[in-house]
Order: sequence, then structure tokens, then C-alpha cells
Amino acid sequence: MSINGKAYIVGAFEHPTRKAEDKSIPQLHAECARGALEDAGLTFDDIDGYFCAGDAPGLGPLSMADYMGLRKLRHFDSTECGGSAPIVHVGHAAEAIAMGKCDIALVTLSGRPRTLAMPRTMPNSIHCPDIPFEGPYGAVTAPVYGLVATRHMHEFGTTREQMAWVKVAASHHAQHNPFAMLPKVVTVEDVLNSPPVASPLNRLDCCVISDGGGAVIVTKPEIARSLKRPKVKILGAAESPKLQNGGDVDITHTGARWSGPRAFAEAKVTQKDIKYVSIYDSFTITVIVTLEDLGFCEKGQGGKFVADGNLISGVGKLPFNTDGGGLCNNHPASRGGMTKIIEAVRQLRGEAHPAVQVKNCDIALAHGTGGFIATRTGGATLIMERE
Amino acid sequence: MTTAERKLAAPEVTVETKPYWDAATEGKLLVKKCNDCGKSHHYPRAACPFCYSLKTEWQTASGKGTVYSFSVLHGAPVPYALAYVTLAEGPTMMTNIVDCDFKALKVGTPVKVVFKPTVDGPALPMFTPA
Ligand SMILES: [Zn+2]
Repeated sequence: MSINGKAYIVGAFEHPTRKAEDKSIPQLHAECARGALEDAGLTFDDIDGYFCAGDAPGLGPLSMADYMGLRKLRHFDSTECGGSAPIVHVGHAAEAIAMGKCDIALVTLSGRPRTLAMPRTMPNSIHCPDIPFEGPYGAVTAPVYGLVATRHMHEFGTTREQMAWVKVAASHHAQHNPFAMLPKVVTVEDVLNSPPVASPLNRLDCCVISDGGGAVIVTKPEIARSLKRPKVKILGAAESPKLQNGGDVDITHTGARWSGPRAFAEAKVTQKDIKYVSIYDSFTITVIVTLEDLGFCEKGQGGKFVADGNLISGVGKLPFNTDGGGLCNNHPASRGGMTKIIEAVRQLRGEAHPAVQVKNCDIALAHGTGGFIATRTGGATLIMERE
Repeated sequence: MTTAERKLAAPEVTVETKPYWDAATEGKLLVKKCNDCGKSHHYPRAACPFCYSLKTEWQTASGKGTVYSFSVLHGAPVPYALAYVTLAEGPTMMTNIVDCDFKALKVGTPVKVVFKPTVDGPALPMFTPA
């Protein structure tokens, strides 16, 4: 059994807002759904599968399905693994479609971390077994990623300059995105001279905090062929947790180490076939570790790999996050997975900004690392092909 | 500024973890050791997460370890060093490095346990350069 060729992404929409003072979170989810449906040439009444994660208010998918009026649902899934959840959801939607459990699946993500106070605790943190051993120590997002950067520098000699190149590449792309929160091109020196946040990470090593969201529509081949938009075929998808292992800790790997090879095997392609990657860039170090784990370079060589503009479209060997990514464009709901899928779809459709469009972009990969990289993350890899 | 000025939140104590927190308040660091596979783990569970054995028992740790990694949160009201410390007994635990110059911290720095009070809760095991 495989999902290769069994499902297509036919609609994708990134909400233009980055600051949504005048919208509720449910409204953002619905506006994203509407945008993706309009993109696909479908309507709310066509949806029979719905996927959302913890950013959707309410009990699993129920409140949002009720709010939007999704009366024909026969399949739903609210797998919660932070920012990688939408990538997991597209994989699960493809599985459900391949099994005939639904025909037209909607995936939404939205949130307002910029204009509403950030929650101080994770959802479901009460009675969570690990929180008492981490929360009181101040294990909030930035230093948890800082731990990985410190260790990666220690084990492999990765430098802060190399990490900064990830941000530099993202900023080169963001300058062409009229919606990007940070459209200004920055230099390695700018990153190194930005204020320290959680050592060794500075402010420009961290992604933006933005309101907004996105949605995608996944459907079966017969329906995809009946629609007018360019077809993006799902070749392979896989997910993997990365755990703390009872204190047998190794924080320079992510779930991509396991989800990557499984997704490549299902897609029947190799790293050499990938023309464009969307990599969840919560922090610059996240991209370095993820690219290593996905096999684009050897473990420990990620710093060298991303340096000198190697991730810049038209300049380097592996163009990434051509929308500017979470580092410069958008990080709605503090979850980067959805925007990663959307920019990969733009690239495969040939609809990225002309200045960053990858030539002959026929196969692309999107990867999300959700949760907290030094403790527990959910990794998800998705490989897609233009048909 | 010293870490003593940081207000530390109390951890949620459960029936499963009460011995750990009681010991911490008395100035002792416990780890759970498995009598089947011989490995120690952290955070403590009733069953061994390595071999699933129920034959786990509390073991008093030496309190000695080395810094596995660290990150100083400069933006906090009182900056602090989040860290993973690898204990002499094997497990690596999340903690804070305290009462030292953060600029001198390095991966591999030998450290020893100290205990810091929380607001209305048990003490938290933390570490300081040995
Ligand atoms: Zn055991």
C-alpha cells in the first residue's frame, strides 16, 4: 500500500494578513478555507474530510466544522503535533482518500499570536508527565532551540555565521514578497549584531510572530483532473516523533531522520530529484539540523551546506522557503507547517514570484518540525510532483 | 542579579513523582533505576521506558554531572541558563545552571547539584559549576 499518486493538492491559500486585529480565530480558519476552495474551484459543500490541529478552537475538529457548516463530513482528524501538523494532515488526508474514506479534504491552520496574548502554557499541559520537569526551569521555545544550537556548534563546529546564512537566504526571498513581515535583505553581520535572545540565537535567528493562517484542499485523482488549476500530485508522506528517551538524550537529530527516508522511499525519488524545499524555519538552527536529517548533506555538515547563499533561489544548489519563510514572511499561529506546503505548491505550479521561481520545478519537498526540538517534536515530510 | 531573585513556579506533583520532589526538598536528587535492564532514567516513571519493566526503584544520585548543552535566555526579567546536564548515573536532565558567570559556561563543564526553593512547592534540583 502506498499513497503515491493517490491524491492531489488542488487548492492552496495563504491569508494575506499578518496582523488580524479585526478578525476572530474561527473567522480566519473559515477565510483560509474559503480562499483554498476558491483557488481549487470548489465550495464548502464539497468538503467531506476535515483536518485541523490545536490552533483550531474547540474540541478537535468539531467546533470549526460546526462554525463553517461542514455538514457532509465523513472523515476527520485533529492530530496535534505543533507546527508540523498540517504536513501530517496532508499525508493523512491522502491516506483517507486512497482508502475511499473521503474525497475532498480541507486542512486549515490559523491563529493570532501577534494581537492576542501568547498562551503561557501549551494546550493539554495539565497532568502532562514531562511539564513538571521542564516548565519550572523556564523551558520556553527560544532556549529549547538554543540548546540544540549550542550542542550542534559543540559537536560539529557549526558557527553562528553559518546559522546566519539561513536568515540571509530567507531575507533575499522575502524582499520579493509584498506580504512579508520582514522584507528587508539582511547580511550575516546584521544577524550577528542583532540583540541576543537565547544564546547562541539572536533576534534575527528567530522566526516572526504573525497573525494569519492558510488552508489546502486535497482530493482524489479523478476530481483533480476535472479542476482547472495545475495539478500537484502527492508522491510520498511520512511522520516521526523525536523523543527525549528517558534521558538518553541526543538533540542534534530531529524526526526528519526517520520521516525523510520513509517519504523518499514512498515517493520513489532521491534528494537529487528535489528542485525546491520548504523547511520549517522556526529558528535558523532548525533548518540546518533538518537538512542534515533529510540527507541533503551529511550529519554535521549542515552549517557548511547552508553557507554562502546555497539556499538562495537562482544562486545556490537548494532553493528553500522562497516566500521568505517563517524567518521573514509569515508564521501564523506560531506554526510553520501550512505556509511550507503552500509555497511548495506555488513553486510546483510555477506561481512563485518570478524573482524566486525555481526553473523546471517538478518535484518539491516540505518538512515540518513541530513542538520543542530539544525535548519532543513531531516531524513530517511531504514530497510532491507537478503533473 | 542572582537566580535567587527568580520566582520559580512549583512543579505539579503526582503520586508517581512525589518521592522525587520530597527528596529534592530534603536536598537529595533521585533517579529511577531499572533492576531488569540496569539503566537509570529521568524524568522518573513507574515503568522503565527502555525495557518496560515494572522493577524500577529510586536511587540517590551523586549529584555530579556535566553540562550537555545550555542556552541563556537574555530577554527574561532575570536572565537564566536553561541546560541539559548529564548525570554521573547516566540520564541527561533538563535543569538550570545557577550561581555562576554564564559567559564562562561551556559544554562539558563539570557541575554539582544545588536545590532552589519554588513558590509554594517542592525545591528544584539545579546545578552549579563543581
Ligand atoms: Zn529497564
